[in-house]
Amino acid sequence: MGLLLLCVIWLITIASTYFFVAKTWWLPTGASAAAAAIDHQFAVTFVIMGVIFVAAQMALGYLVFKYRDGANPGRAGYSHGNTTLEVVWTTLTVILFVGLNLIGEPIWASERWRPAVDDATKVEVTAMQFAWYFRYTGPDGKFGATRPELEDPSSGGEAALGLDPKDPASKDDIVTGIMEVPVNREVEVILRAHDVIHSFFVPQMRFKQDAVPGLAIHMHFTPTETGSYEIACAELCGLGHYKMHGILKVVTQSEYDQWITAHEADKQ
Amino acid sequence: MVAQESHGHAAPQGFIRKYVFSLDHKVIGLQYYFLALTAVFVGMFLSLLMRIHLVWPGASIPLIGEIKPETYLSLLTMHGTIMVFFVLTTAPQGGFGNYFLPIQIGAPDMAFPVLNMLSFWTTFVAYLVMLSAFFVVGGAPLHGWTGYAPLSALQSAGPGEGLGADLWITSIAIFCIASLMGALNFITTTLDMRAKGMTLMRMPLTCWSWFITAILGLLAFGVLLSAGILLLMDRNMGTSFFLPLGTINGVLTGHKGGSPLLWQHLFWFFGHPEVYIAILPGMGVASQVLSTFSRKPIFGYKAMVYAMLAIGLLGFMVWGHHMFMSGMSPYTAFAFSVMTMAIGVPSAIKTFNWLGTLWGARIRFQSPMLFAIGFVSLFVSGGLSGPFLAQPVLDIQLHDTYFVPAHFHLIMGVAAIFGIFAATYYWFPKMFGRMMNESLARWHFWFSFIGTYAIFMPMHYLGMAGQPRRYSQGTELAYLKPLLPLQKFITYAAIVTIAGQLIFLFNLLWSLRNGKKAPDNPWEATTLEWTTTTPPPHDNFGGHTPVVYHGPYEYAVPGAPRDYVMQTDPATVVAH
Repeated sequence: MGLLLLCVIWLITIASTYFFVAKTWWLPTGASAAAAAIDHQFAVTFVIMGVIFVAAQMALGYLVFKYRDGANPGRAGYSHGNTTLEVVWTTLTVILFVGLNLIGEPIWASERWRPAVDDATKVEVTAMQFAWYFRYTGPDGKFGATRPELEDPSSGGEAALGLDPKDPASKDDIVTGIMEVPVNREVEVILRAHDVIHSFFVPQMRFKQDAVPGLAIHMHFTPTETGSYEIACAELCGLGHYKMHGILKVVTQSEYDQWITAHEADKQ
Repeated sequence: MVAQESHGHAAPQGFIRKYVFSLDHKVIGLQYYFLALTAVFVGMFLSLLMRIHLVWPGASIPLIGEIKPETYLSLLTMHGTIMVFFVLTTAPQGGFGNYFLPIQIGAPDMAFPVLNMLSFWTTFVAYLVMLSAFFVVGGAPLHGWTGYAPLSALQSAGPGEGLGADLWITSIAIFCIASLMGALNFITTTLDMRAKGMTLMRMPLTCWSWFITAILGLLAFGVLLSAGILLLMDRNMGTSFFLPLGTINGVLTGHKGGSPLLWQHLFWFFGHPEVYIAILPGMGVASQVLSTFSRKPIFGYKAMVYAMLAIGLLGFMVWGHHMFMSGMSPYTAFAFSVMTMAIGVPSAIKTFNWLGTLWGARIRFQSPMLFAIGFVSLFVSGGLSGPFLAQPVLDIQLHDTYFVPAHFHLIMGVAAIFGIFAATYYWFPKMFGRMMNESLARWHFWFSFIGTYAIFMPMHYLGMAGQPRRYSQGTELAYLKPLLPLQKFITYAAIVTIAGQLIFLFNLLWSLRNGKKAPDNPWEATTLEWTTTTPPPHDNFGGHTPVVYHGPYEYAVPGAPRDYVMQTDPATVVAH
């Protein structure tokens, strides 16, 4: 039984570790400025935890085999433990766990502890059951007022957001169903939700943030690769949660300028 | 202890007083255990339906029909809720804690037998109310076991958010009341009812784990109860604790000024300690069983006690790690993540000490030991994904993906269940006077151990690939389609593992009548429950109170006639 346990525990350990190390399934390729640092922190954590995982499981398998009843003569060793070992082990884990956390904090701080830069592309992202809407300020650089009582989701677009036509700032606001942003420029996202909590998740951007009714949450990320990326909803929002998806298109600055100008012209 | 005389009560005669409204902690413990046993099979069945729907969405299931996306979310909600409350909270604490805490500390019963009976029957009512949510118009709620507002606070937010959601919240509130009564009883019993010589530092680690769990329950369930009442008021009385100005499908909700994050803070202030409520008793049982079947004292008894106390204390300071992506201030994330990493330290101490216990042991591979070894393995595997999720910067990618269910299922789900299995195989002879079938137990172990890894290890891969949780289907997003084969594999693994649990059910029920007669101390263990008859008499020790002379894990004592010294053996057996 000891040998069988050893074999099974070791096999499970090797098989689990194999798929991690072979990267059969792994983080999708990053396409934002933060991706390199986040992926590095993930890799560091992965190596440390992986080594502990393999060591602990191998040790467990080995001990149950080595110390199976009948394999060694006489009684078990009479010991209530070893205080020095406990202290050493505790100190090591404190340094390792807290240290690991501290190396990760600057990345978090650079993502979340500062506001977006002034010339960021501003996009207001509004979530509702089960759609995403994106709003750009237009030439005036200001978002117009929205009023919940004006919301009409069945009409889509501006009506879905409840844009107030009486507010002069709202005249040039552009509302789209696809989020388009220029590459290599920071994007300031202003996240809102009408009804329940949703979460804006773009795996390749290494970006996720809940959209909470009653809050306007300001966040930022910088896409570094052009392309089309899927936006997933990552917070349970109701029966259509699984199909609440959107598209983030990252294009060159000139393509973006053309696109936004065309939309602005439509508003005239 | 003079006080305990007044708690003695005569053995009841009638069926109702003996088996239904019993004051005997042993009967109440069994009532809790069998309630949890039905709940675990209900919860498991729901997860089976979920796994089938995920990979064969059009499948028609006999008697149930085709599962719709909203039904999937109801299954998910009820699976989580039933498992967390009526299995992981009920079996280890209400079941085994009730049965064995008084016996292991040498008491004739719990401190408050009537309160004990009330707390079981209140739990039972909560369970019925929870199940009734399936059968009302609109069905069970779809807001998940965490019940985030506004989804959980508005009737119009989706199917199941009507009466089903009210019943769900009511059930949880009733459960909280039951748990508060239970917690008070456990704490008082531990502090006041210990036999002569049973100092705190001579208590088995199981008793320590139940004691600390009870303290956590006392502090956590009160908060959840209040939150639940506020949520019911938001839903039915027009208040706006958790509801800001908002609309559902363009229609104003009529609420304004509340905060959805307030619900999350209150919920997780309970919810995180709850994780330890589920796993601490498992740690206690694993320690007890590892020591017994290693024929060795537990390695670092004091360190084990301090580690559990540290886990209990730190467990109240880490709730924010569930909320890194919630819109909570990003500065607080720093404090919450450091505290969360810190809680890994006592967990690492425990693992180290379990391995230290095995070092130099003479291991007997009986079924309780197999599950205790499995517990250690799963605890390590589930624990080590914690430091990923504890870092807010990695949560940006991993939060609300399958990485999270992979993590918590391994550690608070299946590791805790392995604790319950170890306890069942270990104490079954004492509770029922018969042994369980050993070869069936071994088959059950292999199915469960390998099956569990086959189900939950791949969920880490899904999470890293960006698969969000709580998606009833993986076909709507292009990047999820390549993950379907892995989802299929998990479903196959789940079907096999669930089939393996029928072996356990059969063994349990069959052994009740047909198991070999159990001696008083079949495992040659040292703690007080093994000094009394099998099953124990009404007052536990047949009219006398044991006197304790030794620590709980005196195995392989040099110079002792046997390789174990029971806690009640005369002091002269060992020269200290």
